[in-house]
Amino acid sequence: MLVFAGFQPLAAQDEHGQEDHATEEAHGAAGHGDSACCIVEDEDHGYDPVGTVMEHIADQNEFHVWYNVHIPLPLILYAPEHGWSTFLSSKFHHGTQAVDGYVLNHGRVNRVADPSFPQGEVHIECVSHQTEMVDEKEKDVYYVCYEGTAYKLDPPSTLDGGVLGGGITSFYDFSITKNVFTMILGAIVLILLFMAVARGYKRNEGKAPSGIQSFMEPFFTFIRDEVTVPMIGEKHYERFQPFIMTLFFFVLICNLFGLIPFFPFGANVTGNLAVTLVLAVLTFIVTNINGNGHYWEHIFWMPGIPAWVKVILTPVEVLGLFIKPFSLMIRLFANISAGHIIILSLIGLIFLFGNNGESVGGAATGGIIGGLFTAFMNLIELLVAFLQAFIFAILSASYIGAAVDEGHEHHDEAHAH
Amino acid sequence: MAETLFLADFSVIKPDPGLILWTSLIFLIVWGLLAKFAFRPIQEALKKREYDIQSALDEAKKAREEISNMQAENDRLLAEAREERAIILKEAKAHKDSIINEAKGKAKEEAQKIVAAARQDIENQRMAVVTDLKNQLGIMALEIAEQVIRKELKGDTEQEAYVKKLVDDVELN
Repeated sequence: MLVFAGFQPLAAQDEHGQEDHATEEAHGAAGHGDSACCIVEDEDHGYDPVGTVMEHIADQNEFHVWYNVHIPLPLILYAPEHGWSTFLSSKFHHGTQAVDGYVLNHGRVNRVADPSFPQGEVHIECVSHQTEMVDEKEKDVYYVCYEGTAYKLDPPSTLDGGVLGGGITSFYDFSITKNVFTMILGAIVLILLFMAVARGYKRNEGKAPSGIQSFMEPFFTFIRDEVTVPMIGEKHYERFQPFIMTLFFFVLICNLFGLIPFFPFGANVTGNLAVTLVLAVLTFIVTNINGNGHYWEHIFWMPGIPAWVKVILTPVEVLGLFIKPFSLMIRLFANISAGHIIILSLIGLIFLFGNNGESVGGAATGGIIGGLFTAFMNLIELLVAFLQAFIFAILSASYIGAAVDEGHEHHDEAHAH
Repeated sequence: MAETLFLADFSVIKPDPGLILWTSLIFLIVWGLLAKFAFRPIQEALKKREYDIQSALDEAKKAREEISNMQAENDRLLAEAREERAIILKEAKAHKDSIINEAKGKAKEEAQKIVAAARQDIENQRMAVVTDLKNQLGIMALEIAEQVIRKELKGDTEQEAYVKKLVDDVELN
């Protein structure tokens, strides 16, 4: 399985790289004939390692399986000036067709905001990009060529307020993307798995556990005995056990699915800030709605220290409220994204060493070196998948534990450590 | 350009509202369903099983203790019974001895009585024999004397007078 996992992305990447390249060239050739807008730039016809890696860890509106096989995913798009649009991503014909002003650009839906662009399904010549100065920052701007005219493409809105290069654009994408698809799959697997386990407990009541039940029981008791009980305490842990369990298994299954390089897996779910943001916010909410008087007292008016220290400490503590979930969000996102980037970079060695298909020997060298390193990295990533799920769960449990802690025994423990 | 390209394309750091919505929805559904139909029942079942195992162990321990208590009790009873037996045996022996001694005493007494009675009897018998013998001897003496006397009395008046006088004496006796 692991050896397989190590070599599979190699093949997938190989096909994908070639395919990308081929379509771009085809578009370019088509564009040369009819319009000027497609000749804009030829500078990045070589292998672009950063672009390829970024595209692969990004969320996508279709599932790329193999060479030119794509699984279409349902699109749910909302543009304030246009209303809702829902259709399957197969309508784009892998980017050669525009639908109601929506265009598939590198696997992601973009929209032409210009009202003069025709509605309905129209053939487009190419998608090209230019580097422009927007608000005194260099930015990649994509254009779609239609009947010799270049139309600017808007990416989907993001909630970073422009700080990270995104921002609110002319439309919102609520589609079942690759990440959403993988999460739904993971959710179904988790639900079926634990329903089966729960049935086992019903069936084997008063008897020894058997089958899948005995396989999953150590996970349950591990989370209980190593995470929730020590972190939250004997008295309160039961209330939070389902939440911590769900967190652990949701993160774990998303991490593991991300490591399997073929359909229907391979989506970088937990390496997407939106996903870790939701998980961290839920932890924040669960922690703070369960915070008792003792917890809030320690945040706003720490007892037992001089008043002038309190004035300094209170803002720090209040900041800490938000830093804790923020660190949860960044930690998981960064770890998983980094793992994917490393593996994709190692696979990219094939194309770098092979000098874009010119040197077969170089490609072979890159394949061997990249393949070995990827196999090794996959093992590390497997560890990271479990470790990060565990860390997310145990830290969430410790934040909740601090919120429901009644004080006395905790001080003794703190001194004892 | 590379830097901006990097930032521009690094889409995973830009939180997409659609993904946020779907993640929240999926996570909440998973949480709700698993909590209700899996994690809580599993937790209850585990707790119950742990309780059952603990109580079974406790019961076994209690039973073991009871058995060992019973053993001790049995030993104690046995020891008591042995002691009791020893006491009873001792008493019985003493009783036996006293009975034997008593019987011996009685027997001795009886024997003495019998011997005394026999002795009396013998004495009586002897006295009877002696009396009889005396009588017989008296009679024999008289007869001898009578014959002697008869022979001498045939010639002498004087002797007749003596006999006469003897007869007189006898009558006086």
